[in-house]
Amino acid sequence: MLSPRQTVDLVAERDMAFVEAVARESGQDLKSCYQCGNCTAGCAYTHDYDIPVHQVMRLVQLGHKERALNCRSIWLCATCQACTTRCPNNIEVATVMDVLRHMARREGHAPERLVKSFTDGFLASVARHGRVFEVGLAAVFAVISGKPMQDAGLGPAMLSRGKLAFLPHEPSSKGKEEVAAIFRRFKEGTPGHAAGHGSGQISGEDAK
Amino acid sequence: MRIGVMVCHCGNNIAATVDVEAVAAAAREFPDVVYATDHMYACSDPGQKNIEQVIRDLKLDGVVVASCSPRMHEVTFRRAVERAGLNRYMFEMANIREHVAWISLDRKRNTQKATDLVRMAVEKLRVDRPLTPKSFDVQKRVLIVGGGVAGIQAALDCADGGLDVVLVERKSSIGGIMSKLDKTFPTVDCSVCVLGPKMVDAGQNPRITLHTLSEVDEVSGYVGNFEVKIRKHTTYVDWTKCTGCGACEEKCPSRKVPDAFNENVSFTTAIGIPFPQAIPKRATINAAHCIRLTKGKCGACEKVCPTGAIDYDMQDEVVTEKVGAIIAATGLNLFDHKKCGEYGAGRYPDVVTSLAYERMLSASGPTAGHIKRPSDGMEPKTVVFISCVGSRDRSLGRPYCSGFCCMYTAKQALLTRDHIPDSKAFVFYMDIRANGKGYEEFVRRAQEEYGVEYVRGRVAQIYPRNGQLIVRGADTLLGAQVEVAADLVVLAVGAEAAQGSPELAEKLRISYDAYGFFMESHPKLRPVETNTVGVFLAGACQGPKDIPASVAQASAAAGKVLALLSKDKLESDPQIALVTTNRCIGCGKCERTCPFGAIRMRELRDGSLRAEVVETVCQGCGICSVTCPVRAIQLQHFTDSQLLAEVNALCRTWDETTES
Amino acid sequence: MSATLGYYPGCSQSGTAAEYDISTRACCQALGVELADVPDWTCCGSTPAHTVDHHLAGALAARNLLQAEAAGFARVATPCPSCLAALKTADAHLHGPGADETYRAEVERLLGRPVPGPVESVSVLQVLFEQVGPEAIRKLVKRPLTGLRVAPYYGCIMNRPPGLMTFDDPENPVAMDEILAACGATVVDFPFKTECCGAAFAMPRLDIMQRLSARILDTAQNAGADCVVVACPLCQMNLDLRRGQVNAASGQDIRMPVPYFTQLLGLALGVEENKLGMGKLVLPLAPALTAAHKREQALAAERAAKAAAKNGKPAAQNGAEPCKEDAPCA
Repeated sequence: MLSPRQTVDLVAERDMAFVEAVARESGQDLKSCYQCGNCTAGCAYTHDYDIPVHQVMRLVQLGHKERALNCRSIWLCATCQACTTRCPNNIEVATVMDVLRHMARREGHAPERLVKSFTDGFLASVARHGRVFEVGLAAVFAVISGKPMQDAGLGPAMLSRGKLAFLPHEPSSKGKEEVAAIFRRFKEGTPGHAAGHGSGQISGEDAK
Repeated sequence: MRIGVMVCHCGNNIAATVDVEAVAAAAREFPDVVYATDHMYACSDPGQKNIEQVIRDLKLDGVVVASCSPRMHEVTFRRAVERAGLNRYMFEMANIREHVAWISLDRKRNTQKATDLVRMAVEKLRVDRPLTPKSFDVQKRVLIVGGGVAGIQAALDCADGGLDVVLVERKSSIGGIMSKLDKTFPTVDCSVCVLGPKMVDAGQNPRITLHTLSEVDEVSGYVGNFEVKIRKHTTYVDWTKCTGCGACEEKCPSRKVPDAFNENVSFTTAIGIPFPQAIPKRATINAAHCIRLTKGKCGACEKVCPTGAIDYDMQDEVVTEKVGAIIAATGLNLFDHKKCGEYGAGRYPDVVTSLAYERMLSASGPTAGHIKRPSDGMEPKTVVFISCVGSRDRSLGRPYCSGFCCMYTAKQALLTRDHIPDSKAFVFYMDIRANGKGYEEFVRRAQEEYGVEYVRGRVAQIYPRNGQLIVRGADTLLGAQVEVAADLVVLAVGAEAAQGSPELAEKLRISYDAYGFFMESHPKLRPVETNTVGVFLAGACQGPKDIPASVAQASAAAGKVLALLSKDKLESDPQIALVTTNRCIGCGKCERTCPFGAIRMRELRDGSLRAEVVETVCQGCGICSVTCPVRAIQLQHFTDSQLLAEVNALCRTWDETTES
Repeated sequence: MSATLGYYPGCSQSGTAAEYDISTRACCQALGVELADVPDWTCCGSTPAHTVDHHLAGALAARNLLQAEAAGFARVATPCPSCLAALKTADAHLHGPGADETYRAEVERLLGRPVPGPVESVSVLQVLFEQVGPEAIRKLVKRPLTGLRVAPYYGCIMNRPPGLMTFDDPENPVAMDEILAACGATVVDFPFKTECCGAAFAMPRLDIMQRLSARILDTAQNAGADCVVVACPLCQMNLDLRRGQVNAASGQDIRMPVPYFTQLLGLALGVEENKLGMGKLVLPLAPALTAAHKREQALAAERAAKAAAKNGKPAAQNGAEPCKEDAPCA
């Protein structure tokens, strides 16, 4: 965990609105976390996190919004559910991490650029075709990641086994339009909703 | 009738929100009230003396005190009026503190309500009748269910106090869990060495009758006169002949019986004595594994027994004991670690429970005190202890702390380092609970003197690799996932209610909580009594606790029993049900609804049935009086007339006030 | 309501996980389990959707539940655990004990029409395990996988969290183990049954996927497995297609085929290889199968030889010394 630069004021620095928002959006009671570390103990991704998951939970408990929403950990969580399965207090830890990622997006934080790009690319593909066009996504991602050769070696194997579908496999009937409509409504957001919620979250174009 | 009323200020408790003088003034106008006053503290010495004085001077027939809850001072005031020569039941209390002053700040409404309550009390008092308690003989004998350290201590204390004791134990020997322990914290005393002499005393004491391999079948009766049916399960060995020589054990061919005493870490024979210090030191046959009893062959033990004590045809026996009091000391079970999938769910032989490890540490255990891995018999070099297995865990339905695991884990880790000097011992913990005398120092000693390494964090997973067990946990203080390649893992399993606790509680008619632990009368002030008069609790059956606390509770329970049975006769509470025989139609509904079995149907000379209340069993709940279709059975001091007097007083008063 | 199962293939089944789809359909046909595709199905959103917004994820999943409902399916089976999680989560938030009015309203807004009623979603594994069962499978096996040592790898979300997935044990699931055992395979003690392989991180953070998948392969090899058997398209891709990348990072050269359990099941039931998409596996299974058979034959020969040498000596029963009725007991 990155050490705070000054003595932490437990009252003045606690963003209660943030604590309540996380509790509400995740549906979890963060007060029941007694920091046992079981989540970190079983976390497959902890080695790539900048802040281990139990400390992310601690940051939320203490209402340290900035530190919590700026970390890389929430972007590297795969929601593999090891933590949720083992929490002795029945907390859905993976859900909390998910909610923090939503909030980070809304606030414009994305320290793991490629993870965000991949997510945006995936959803853009779905929005466009109604289903994920795997080859299309791979091609787009190869360009924007700046590592076009990373998966080049896989090409021949996939091609020879007929695993490369060069055309999108689209839904048979109205599915494509209906999915596009879902995304459109999501971008527009509910009239009267707080800014940033449901609007402009994902974009195929600016997935850079 | 001449009634006196005292309205208490209770300092500021009542007077702050109730105009007590106004209440007293109003009371003066009530029918039959010849005296009404207010007082700062009615329960105080001068307050009580005032009451007594007024009774004598004004020749009162009854007194009403308007003050706190009867649960606080009803007994106090009843004694006071009795001292002044009145029957103690010619006294009523109006609760104007918990029911009025403490629940509203509206002084006007409070005063009105207090006045109403006093009016009700006066009206009831006007139809109250003097009641006289009856006395009955008591059996100066006590039944103790459970022969662990608590049961043994209670038995010895009761016997020393002159009572006869019947000690019933489910296993074939007394001793309980303490007899399985190697050493005890924080002194590292040999457990069975300190328990052994007590066990021997219990076995030899002429006042103590031991029934082992026995269970309580049925309990009937009432405090002072319980009748208990005890089922003595058959041992297939005549214990009056058996000398405990052990020849049968040596010859028994059935040698693969999982040894329950050694927590199934090793095997034993179908016949034998469970452990060297067993009391009674007599052999028992495990019928499920006996070749003779299952297949009709063998019979080696019968041939080799020098006293001819083997009896394959022996049956269970039921004995009846009459006792005056009962102490439940049935101890606890340990959490079943097979419920923990992340620790292998019992699949890995080198993941053992703390109690199994205790047997492995014990010099009289399956490995003669040499710590060996169950899988290959090798000496482990890295032992990992995991705390809070089945404790402090809502996901397993065990949110409570078991209280002794931190301590026994420190002890086991310390002993591990002692037995194997070049070993490493790790303890994964969340918090350390070490609140007894010398406990914290002991835990520090384990770390500082014996080098046990404590890691703060839980363990998420244990999995096998290359003959070792990889323990993957967290060090939350470091903020990292950590791993240890362990040779042996010991799980600090938590406490659970002993098997069969709810069934026993039903038989004893005592309450138990959501986890099966028996409920005490009051968690702070009455820890060894239950709400059933005559039944007491001792030890871990009331809640997880360690040996000193169990022993202390056992002596406390014994003290309560000695006090209860110190008189030759006990007084029964007269606030019980009473049948007006010529009104009773013999329908038997009351008998069927009584939860305590306190009503009997008696046959008159003409053959008709009439209900009769067994006065000493009746707990005064009143269910019968509600059930009776002809109002023949009434709860004394709470008869229909008396209760209706209160209701009428309230309704009339309400009528009067709403009009104005 | 149709008794037929609605089948939701998921996006990968037409491309990178084609053999899972092919073999699933073949097995179900062989075992008499009727599948009918959910008409006009669309992407469920999988992991990317729920990491952006729970209502978006709900709407994408719910649309498919609406399609299933309209087609009269009470139950939908899917081979992909991520699709399963998406469908189950949407259904739970709409109809489960913690059902949320705000959630329902927002999902409805995104869908542009009322949300579906309750629709149960299950995995293909669950269907085969519960509806058919290992015993029935055992009786139908024509070509047992004798000698093949398998490490059943369930993946991280097939059984987790247990409150949502409600199938099998979350720490030590056994459904695949039992099916494979019924097929005659030898299931090794594989402790990483539910450890994550790196999932969708292969593209954005290859280093993470390499580390996690390397762990899986290494543990499987350590457990003595000939192959890792999977039930998830991402796991399969990471361990098979990307095996080279995984080995490159770990410095090992683990050559372990990664068939789908439906492929092995199909083989055991006697379905032809080309109907199971065996050719689509990057590392083919056939060499491992052949080697396993040979090894088993050799072991069987060895056992027979030992038994012949020991002929005449009775074996002890249950470890206890036998009772000799003719000799005295003491």
